[in-house]
Amino acid sequence: MKTSAIRLGVDIGGTFTDVVLENQGKSFSTKVLTTYAAPEKAIVEGLHQVCAKAETTPEQIEQIIHGTTLATNALIERRGAKTALITTQGFRDVIEMRTESRFEQYDLNLKLPEPLLPRQMRFTVAERVNAKGEVMIPLDRAEVETVVEKIAKAGFDSVAVGLIHSYLNPMHEQLVRDVLAEKLPNVSVSISSEVSPQMREYERFNTVVANAYIKPLMASYLGRLEDRLKAEGVGCRIFLMHSGGGIISIQNAADFPVRLVESGPAGGAVFAAHIAARYGIDKALSFDMGGTTAKICLIKNQTPKTSRVFEVARTYRFKKGSGMPISIPVIDMVEIGAGGGSLAHVDSLRQIRVGPESAGSEPGPACYGRGGERPAVTDADLVLGKLDADNFAGGTIKLHPDQSKSALLSQLGEVLKMEPVEAAFGVSEVVDENMANAARVHAVENGEDLSEYTMIAFGGAAPLHAGRLCEKLGVDRVIVPPGAGVGSAIGFLRAPYSFEANRSVYMKLSDFDPERIRSLLSDLKSEAIGFVRTCDAEADILSEFKVYMRYTGQGWEIPIELTETQAMNPDVTTYQARFEEDYTKLFGRPVAGMDIEITVWSVNATTQPEPVAPLTTLEQGPVVSPKCTRPVFDAAVGEFLQFGLIQRDTLEPGQSVSGPAAVTESETTIIVPASRDAICQPDGCIDIVARNRSETSGARKQGK
Amino acid sequence: MTKKHSNVAYQVMWNRLISVVEEQAQALVRTAFSTSVREAGDLSAGVYDTHGNMLAQAVTGTPGHVNAMADAVAHFIRRIGRQNILEGDIYITNDPWEGTGHLHDITMVTPSFHKGVLVGFFACTAHVVDIGGRGFGADGQSVYEEGLYIPIMKFAERGEVDATLTRIIRGNVREPDQLIGDIYALATCNEIGHRRLIDMMTEFDLDHLDGIADFILENSRRATLEAIAALPRTEATGEMTVDGFDVPITLRVKVTVLADRIVTDFAGTSAADKKGINCPLVYTKAYACYALKVAIAPEIPNNAASLAPFEVTAPENTIVNALHPAPVALRHIVGHFVPDTVYDAFDKIVPGLVPAEGAGCLCNFQLSLRPRTDAHAPADARRSEVLTFNSGGSGARPEHDGLNATAFPSGVMTMPIEATEHVGPVIIWRKELRPDSGGIGRTRGGLGQYMEVGAMEGHEFDIQAMFDRGQYPARGRRGGGSGAPTTIAQDDGTAMQVKGKQFVPHGRRVVMAFPGGAGYGDPTERPRELIMRDLARWYISPETAAAEYGLTQDQIDQVQQAVENGEAI
Repeated sequence: MKTSAIRLGVDIGGTFTDVVLENQGKSFSTKVLTTYAAPEKAIVEGLHQVCAKAETTPEQIEQIIHGTTLATNALIERRGAKTALITTQGFRDVIEMRTESRFEQYDLNLKLPEPLLPRQMRFTVAERVNAKGEVMIPLDRAEVETVVEKIAKAGFDSVAVGLIHSYLNPMHEQLVRDVLAEKLPNVSVSISSEVSPQMREYERFNTVVANAYIKPLMASYLGRLEDRLKAEGVGCRIFLMHSGGGIISIQNAADFPVRLVESGPAGGAVFAAHIAARYGIDKALSFDMGGTTAKICLIKNQTPKTSRVFEVARTYRFKKGSGMPISIPVIDMVEIGAGGGSLAHVDSLRQIRVGPESAGSEPGPACYGRGGERPAVTDADLVLGKLDADNFAGGTIKLHPDQSKSALLSQLGEVLKMEPVEAAFGVSEVVDENMANAARVHAVENGEDLSEYTMIAFGGAAPLHAGRLCEKLGVDRVIVPPGAGVGSAIGFLRAPYSFEANRSVYMKLSDFDPERIRSLLSDLKSEAIGFVRTCDAEADILSEFKVYMRYTGQGWEIPIELTETQAMNPDVTTYQARFEEDYTKLFGRPVAGMDIEITVWSVNATTQPEPVAPLTTLEQGPVVSPKCTRPVFDAAVGEFLQFGLIQRDTLEPGQSVSGPAAVTESETTIIVPASRDAICQPDGCIDIVARNRSETSGARKQGK
Repeated sequence: MTKKHSNVAYQVMWNRLISVVEEQAQALVRTAFSTSVREAGDLSAGVYDTHGNMLAQAVTGTPGHVNAMADAVAHFIRRIGRQNILEGDIYITNDPWEGTGHLHDITMVTPSFHKGVLVGFFACTAHVVDIGGRGFGADGQSVYEEGLYIPIMKFAERGEVDATLTRIIRGNVREPDQLIGDIYALATCNEIGHRRLIDMMTEFDLDHLDGIADFILENSRRATLEAIAALPRTEATGEMTVDGFDVPITLRVKVTVLADRIVTDFAGTSAADKKGINCPLVYTKAYACYALKVAIAPEIPNNAASLAPFEVTAPENTIVNALHPAPVALRHIVGHFVPDTVYDAFDKIVPGLVPAEGAGCLCNFQLSLRPRTDAHAPADARRSEVLTFNSGGSGARPEHDGLNATAFPSGVMTMPIEATEHVGPVIIWRKELRPDSGGIGRTRGGLGQYMEVGAMEGHEFDIQAMFDRGQYPARGRRGGGSGAPTTIAQDDGTAMQVKGKQFVPHGRRVVMAFPGGAGYGDPTERPRELIMRDLARWYISPETAAAEYGLTQDQIDQVQQAVENGEAI
């Protein structure tokens, strides 16, 4: 898609629907309250607003890219279709028995999340495929018809089909689908060998059930959206952002709506990746902190890291294992309950704990003055001077520092014998430490050292906390882009068309079969390209090959990227060398004498993202002297310092700000700690660098 | 000079140490070879001060390592000798009495040096699949038959790995590469912990851990003592009988709440068994302590001070304090029953807090598959060892039903059956919930599960059964009913035992039903809508709904009609 085209990015979030229109490199954005009952209404309103700002009309728009939390919310709130599962006899309870373990060891009253479908909605048929993909018990069509009659009688709207080892042999699932299509043409059908052809029955069945559960809802919404936009004069095609960070056609999205889960955060990661590309940063840490959660993602070589499985709808303090696993290609990020609204309390150890419970928008933090009595992170930020009470959210919400202080005092200070300021410092340090720990663990899991990374911070609360987070993580540089409030929607406009096809097939290197590998990867390649072609009939499509390998006997695979040559001319020595190289990087040393196996094969077909014009970064410029100052608590120094106040929109490219300083804008405030300096780059990004680092080695040169 | 730190700084450091040990454990899960570690989470990791006091421990799938790990480092310091603790050293043992209870657990300890001075230790433990000897099972008559014994010693000195030791290890186990791989994984995970610790000490400008150690231990001790002080100062006894191997075992306990500690004593418990289901005291302590801690002080992280007030004693040579050289390979069976026994007593001290009895021990079995010997075997038939972890139902809680097919007190995970079938020529024909197995009550016991396993065409196998509760199902509390017992037989009706290695000929399947948890409270008080929901889901049969919960035929028909019509219930 040409740069000059008029394009629209739309992100439906929990509170706001963000709309961004780009025309000739200029961008116009707006935030409209999400209209839950008919989400397309907010889009239309936002559409007209940005068209007016850009002095254009819906007819002129040449492409719309849309991402939404509707799929995620339907799963969290259990608002999906009346859905049945058909599965292999003997395995009716796979989605209910989960991993047979407790995700929290120290809670006698633990409640496990209910499966999406209760037991009476799960039907079985006698059939069996073995681990070689051979049929051991053939599926009898008459038995399928009997089950289908029951489903018809009970009036299900959607059916998921998940059979054991179907990722190796989909014949039986296809037979069930055919019978359903014939007998119940109006019922929506999802089969696991298409939705998620990967080994591990719990994840696969859960994924196909989730897909089936939200499919009628999403298909109907997407249909309405298309009609409504057409009625408003839009003549272009609409595409959907998927969780893997690319875009797919509206038809594919309607068939595989589970791939839309987490598309908003994926857009944020793409946004950060784009900034990283503009700055030539090869190792970037995307940090997106909003009202309820913080999301952290590693971006290497300007590409967000991806994963094959993630968990949605965690029910217990965002704890691993308390949600449902969805195995689809997804941008790999950690999400923790740390946002501006996260509430603080004192536990039995007299320690301050923050989150994951959030004050939300009603009543909101105590400082909103709407009856919130418990201190939130925003209250701590206010008491520490990081926020300006009279200029929050563009002045729309007046903040009450006295309310913050009394909440901090009554909930924390009185128990811990702390003044409000010390309690606020505690809350702020704890939430920053929580985020830092999440980032560290994520980095270790990926064998990365964060001190080599540059942070890209966006989302309402990120600029307040990014500086301190960098101090904690030993990160020398953080970039705060403009438009940070609508980062995900901007990210949608930077995403390529892409589709990732995966297959689970086990192969040991001792049984290396080049012919089979070539044919497997070729099949995956044409499948993935087929999807991308439906979006763009002409563009060059790039295929990225990945295999997941491990030592035989290990349980965790590591992804190994292959070049097209390595993929199409498989050679055992190369595969082994590539694996050992990456394994050593992650875990220190290879293990001699062990056989190696490949478990998952993956091809990602993607159009080339538009080339990013590299920015000539400015190193140093005239230091702006602030007209006024305000006392702000500097956590590293441990006391209040006079922070210089600068308005962001008065900064010219090349102008510098010396910490301690606060760069204010209508949405939020960028805190530049005493340890750092900032410069306004030509693209409007505020580029903050540790002072000791910039003097010695020049952090801004790192990466390129 | 270490500078003085604020409480906020100390709290940040405490959080950090917990995050450090979680990272340490994650590294182990990702690099280990044994399924028990990587799939099931049977491992632990912790950080210690220079005196061997545990400061933080990762929460993993194994309460069984809680106390055992806490004590282990002190043994290492004593055995190695302070003067011999050098930078670059790595220590190892699998001593059941000074480690974590059986030879299959390898514990490794690494001293942590900062600026040339010893500042603390990292330790980690993992359950390995093979350690030689007879293999994993209860059949040994003494610990000597259960595998290779590695006394506390240096695995590496000043970074140099002891090549003699690794050769001896390699020569004594069935899968030498895997075991050495696991040992290196353990060493790596300590190394990762060490690096994070040094990062933290640098960031906070610490020369030693004394200040933060005091802060952690003092806060934990105080919070634990407050939790104990809130209990009635009294004592109570409890007991429970389980199948055992050849003869039933009775566990007896007396729990005494004192002003500053809780003493749990196992006097009166059955003597040590001839078979390898005996439990060293460290492992008994771990589960007794876990049971009390999860009930009264779940928020307090595990460390030397939060564990110290839970004292556990048992007469020597009872099955819960088996001494060397008793066989101990399957010590988890008795260990997993310790919490239910402790709760039998504790329920009399604080009524209405603890659950009814549950399935207790994990329902694990190992298959040794091989080409059939009764007739010609196909050319591609092969030998293979397949170990699986499975769970029965947990006991009903005072306010909530028990958990279906979910482990308690153990926290390990099951393996996906699709993954298991890739390990060897095994077919799992059935793995699903077992209706009517949860004990009736105001709150219902968790359901057990059915499993049915066989071999691929051309194979026969031995099954090593490690089950219990065949004769002694979980008992209900306050009027709740018992859970269903374990059953095991071949598909042609041939009877089988709940424990021990048993042959299964070509073409036969083993049909197993794992036990349910017991119920809690009077079943007539169970809310009608929950009974009807259970019936709709077929957690209970219409017979049970009518006979035990008093549902009328009309109500039963109504539920079944609703299910057929797809109506929510």
